[in-house]
Amino acid sequence: MDTDRLMNWIGRFSIHLVVLILGLCCLIPLLLILSASFTDEIALTRSGYSLIPSQFSTSAYEMIFRSPQAIVRAYAVSIFTTVVGTIIAVFIMSMLGYALSRPTFVLRKPLSLFVFFTMLFNGGLVPYYILMTQYLRVQDTIFALMLPYFVVVYYVLILRTYFAALPGELIDAARVDGAGEFRIFLTIALPLAKPALATIALFTALNYWNDWTTALYFIRDPQLYPLQYLLYIIQSNAQAMQLQSGVGVNLGEVPTQTTRMAMAVLATGPAALFFLFFQRYLVRGVTLGAFK
Amino acid sequence: MDISFNQSLPKTGSLRAGRERFAFLKRDHFRRNLTWFLMALPALVWIFVFKYLTLFGVWIAFTNYKVRRGVFGSEFVGLDNFRFLFATDTALRATFNTIGLNLLFIAGGTIAALFLAWLLYEIYASKLTKYYQTMLLLPRFISWVVVGYFVYALLATDNGLINMFLRSIGLPPIQWYNSPQYWSGILLLVSLWSGMGISSLIYLSGMLAIDVQLFESARIDGANKWQQFKYVVFPMILPLVVINLLLSTAYILNADFGLFFQVTRNQPLLYPTTDVLDTYIYRSLIVTQNVSMAAAAQFYQSIVGFVLVIVFNWIVRRIERADEPLSLF
Repeated sequence: MDTDRLMNWIGRFSIHLVVLILGLCCLIPLLLILSASFTDEIALTRSGYSLIPSQFSTSAYEMIFRSPQAIVRAYAVSIFTTVVGTIIAVFIMSMLGYALSRPTFVLRKPLSLFVFFTMLFNGGLVPYYILMTQYLRVQDTIFALMLPYFVVVYYVLILRTYFAALPGELIDAARVDGAGEFRIFLTIALPLAKPALATIALFTALNYWNDWTTALYFIRDPQLYPLQYLLYIIQSNAQAMQLQSGVGVNLGEVPTQTTRMAMAVLATGPAALFFLFFQRYLVRGVTLGAFK
Repeated sequence: MDISFNQSLPKTGSLRAGRERFAFLKRDHFRRNLTWFLMALPALVWIFVFKYLTLFGVWIAFTNYKVRRGVFGSEFVGLDNFRFLFATDTALRATFNTIGLNLLFIAGGTIAALFLAWLLYEIYASKLTKYYQTMLLLPRFISWVVVGYFVYALLATDNGLINMFLRSIGLPPIQWYNSPQYWSGILLLVSLWSGMGISSLIYLSGMLAIDVQLFESARIDGANKWQQFKYVVFPMILPLVVINLLLSTAYILNADFGLFFQVTRNQPLLYPTTDVLDTYIYRSLIVTQNVSMAAAAQFYQSIVGFVLVIVFNWIVRRIERADEPLSLF
């Protein structure tokens, strides 16, 4: 019996070990970036990337903060689109989800079909690109960065399901008290739906924050580069650093590799913190199917 | 059923007064519906413009598209674009790469997610499991740009971690970004890194729903862990696995643009094994600006994709259990 328990314990222990190793594999690549950002440029070139800085240095960050215009600007663009975009997106999606959840809404069936049928097809990049650039003409504006994520039909589905499950008595009571439908939505339905709203808001915010494709398609003006796109530009063209921002004047002086890694750390930091703080909402979103 | 409608009906009063009340309520009903419609309107307009208007874009595939002339002003050329498209090796290569790599990701992803879910299931009672899950989920929320950065830190020819390691054990370094033959494997690993945590969560919740008594009786019968998995866990979550496989196969022509664009650093030398429809369409549309060619590729990606989604959803509908609908419609 004792050997049984020992075997059991060993089994458990090895499972913990395997999962822990897999979990560390998820973190290590990010540590690699963090470590590189704190490494001396010459040491990085000579002895390569490693998990512990071969020669500790903060010069990459100093370089960025000495003339931070480009990254501060990109931060401003990313924060603005994330905050404003998320507020607008969650508001219009929850209004639609709420309306579609009302049992007495006469247009409920046809509008639900109109909305959810779009989940089956995807016109793709070409018509989307032509729509944005030739018809809406939003290229090189801040709207171009926000418009694409205003409605995610899957999130509307989740919100509708949540609103439909809210207790009807509260809403009826408010109606008897003479509150208008919009006020009922604002003062009763929205506060009750906070968990669902938080989940959707979080996913939307992460979509905005991590978005670089929209800028790749529609933004040519360096003033409007969001953070992730700035990272991409710097990566794809190390010289872009000099051209766009004036971080460093002489390429010989710029610790390019480490600066790039430091930029990646600065761009990922907020998203990673976001993730850690709101993890439970994310897990709920995953089980609801918000992440496809 | 609207309860308030009944509750606020007049309790007393003459018939006429009742009718007036009723008329008021009817007006109220109309106003309520109008409010709901107006609330839905902003999102409806967005959906109409971005989802339905863009459908007219398929027409571009049959025209010699000129920006000045617009979608419907451009000259109609029939199937010429498709003839040109399939005359080039690039489009065919992109199609094969998309399908091949997606099959690889689906197979690898499913096996890895099942394995991980089972491991997590076995230690689900432990307090540590929550922390493991946090670690495993984090990668999905890292942008592809940053993923491209660390893949570079691993694979850089001169000072990347892997080549430093190869050198230290006396092997010649590999020029990863010039060697397309390694990239199906590299992309599979990166996609597992990114998605394994999330997909395992779905299977884990399926496993948690299994009646523990099944495990008890299996154990009494002397089944070891592997036999428990084979005869209890696997049959129980097989429907979930099949449905997930079918749903991901429906999207086999759609590749994750970020993965293929950022992680490969858009290296032309790697195109033989990493160029997929999404990157091909992007290049044709925005880099080489051959809109008609892009539209032709887009047309069959969208149309074949639509047919696949309909067919596979229909199959899923046939096999799913009524109590847990999983299909899209």
